[in-house]
Amino acid sequence: METTLTIQHPVGLHARPASIFVQTAKKFTSKITISLDGKEVNAKSILNILALGAGQGSKIRLVIEGDDAEAAINALTELVESNFGGVD
Amino acid sequence: MKTLQGTSASRGIAIGPVFQYRQPTLQISRNKITDSEAEKLRLNLALETACTQLSDIYDKALFEIGSHKAEIFQAQIEMLQDPDLLESVVQAITDDCQNAEAALFDSSEIYAATLEKMGSEYFRARAGDIRDAIQRVLRILTNVEENTRNALNQPSIVVAVDLTPSNTINFDKNMLLGFAIVMGGPTSHTAILARSLGLPAIVAMEEGILSLPTGSEIVLDGSQGELLSECSPEIIAAHRERQAINQAFFADLQSSAMNPATTLDGFSVEVVANVGKVDEAAPAVALGAEGVGLLRSEFLYLQRETLPNEEEQYTAYRGILDAFGKQPVVLRTLDVGGDKELPYMDITQEINPFLGVRAIRLCLKRPDLFRPQLRAALRAGVDRNLKIMFPMIATLAELRAAKQVLAQCQAELRQEGVAIAENIEIGIMIEIPAAVIMADYFAREVDFFSIGTNDLTQYVMAADRTNPGVSELTSAFAPPVLRMIAQTIDAGHRGGRWVGLCGELAGEPLAIPILLGLGLDEFSMNAPSIPLAKQIIRSLNRSVCQVAARDVLNLTGEEEVREYILRTFPVINDLVK
Repeated sequence: METTLTIQHPVGLHARPASIFVQTAKKFTSKITISLDGKEVNAKSILNILALGAGQGSKIRLVIEGDDAEAAINALTELVESNFGGVD
Repeated sequence: MKTLQGTSASRGIAIGPVFQYRQPTLQISRNKITDSEAEKLRLNLALETACTQLSDIYDKALFEIGSHKAEIFQAQIEMLQDPDLLESVVQAITDDCQNAEAALFDSSEIYAATLEKMGSEYFRARAGDIRDAIQRVLRILTNVEENTRNALNQPSIVVAVDLTPSNTINFDKNMLLGFAIVMGGPTSHTAILARSLGLPAIVAMEEGILSLPTGSEIVLDGSQGELLSECSPEIIAAHRERQAINQAFFADLQSSAMNPATTLDGFSVEVVANVGKVDEAAPAVALGAEGVGLLRSEFLYLQRETLPNEEEQYTAYRGILDAFGKQPVVLRTLDVGGDKELPYMDITQEINPFLGVRAIRLCLKRPDLFRPQLRAALRAGVDRNLKIMFPMIATLAELRAAKQVLAQCQAELRQEGVAIAENIEIGIMIEIPAAVIMADYFAREVDFFSIGTNDLTQYVMAADRTNPGVSELTSAFAPPVLRMIAQTIDAGHRGGRWVGLCGELAGEPLAIPILLGLGLDEFSMNAPSIPLAKQIIRSLNRSVCQVAARDVLNLTGEEEVREYILRTFPVINDLVK
């Protein structure tokens, strides 16, 4: 399964949003990758997510494979769309 | 007296003796290991200890600075548990027979170095967070103690090359008066921490600070980003006085949050909250909100599978209206479409969503969406002070059409014998330049205006506010935006209407004197900004603001506007850092 999401958070997918994103991704057993501008990384690795440098307005692509792929895609989409629970 | 210059990181003044703090530099040994299993165990134990420490620091930070800011330490734990990092560390231990210190240091440096080269300062600052977390593990592996916990034996101003967030949080807060460091930027986590702790702080200091003798008395002016040494008793006394005024100001903030926002020359304005959820209402009241200037009704529609029905909407609106009793609540009708998609609605994808079918444009096309909302609002407003506001109005025809739908809903409900709010005020958001230009005509057909500066700015400047490439063009301090605001307020007042502002600008300390001077009647902002905004208003003279507002309308750039305000209102200068 896959989807494309836009990061609305004003400072992008950095410390707090990245941390919450990884914590959510880790709840699922599926293999989850996140890519931006042709660079693809493990969505359960906070360091690689930070290294993507996904700033505000970035369109990230999620590819999820595994038994709980659907639940994972829903949870991560909701997280990104709710702006990681608020802007700090 | 000598003055050393840096960048302000956290406002306020500290006066006291210098303490020169130096982080021990860790010399990592590099050696070939023979028992990789034992080395992996050593690594895991150290990682586990580091995570336990970070989790304690997190708890401490949660208590001292609140959950949002404490997340830095949660992120550091996440970094130490990063599966990709650990995989490469373990590989270096097993395949290359590296010791744990070298393997961890080398693997993490790759990430830190990548982040350090990034364009955004926010991302660059994360390099420091990784290094701080890794240093913690290295200290555990090499048995070197972190030495800030009991570093200070008298209240002191800490001077250092750099301080990590964990160094900063670990100092005894009764002993730490403030700090000045050579490294860092105003958005580094250490600077953010200082602001959350209310500690005066300067970053990016001249290196000269490192040679100030420990124990010598200095003045740290966090607001100006200046450090004064070898001061005369007069200079010290003058700064003690400023410090006292500052401290009294902040102690007063919370306790005076409920007091009205009346200027020194006796002019009162309304300070109200932007509310986006039912459970934000009660906290907003406690922070001194005198009503709601912007109820973002979208909250009911987003993140769900189906359209909320009239009953659901009634309950939610009534809950918010009840929290505010007789105080005004301005409900903005649905502002979605374009970039805010509703999954259960069939909205056409548009190339230019910000210029497309959003807000009132969508609602007028979709009575099935618009009418239940208006009916719910009218019912919820009974015996309450409800006002209804239409967003994204560009033409008088749109306004008249929206008012007509509202009138139909009123007639329908009366016919059904349902109690509804009577004589409610109707207003529009002013966020499209066309509405500013025609504001004199709009003033004849509405009861109030509320200026939405976030959207107005992007439409005036033709700069998408979600596009970082044009972020320099999206400041509401730009004189063309300020002139639009002035024009709207004047047109409203000439027509006998009140004018509010519900963009981020309303809560900006530097904008408050301008808006006050332009005659704004109602300031609507996120609730946490209210106590400070009210206090700023109370410390200003409206007549002085009127002169300043006239002056800034004749400046040509947003930087000049900010500088002018900082220069003219030193009180605010002390507060904005």
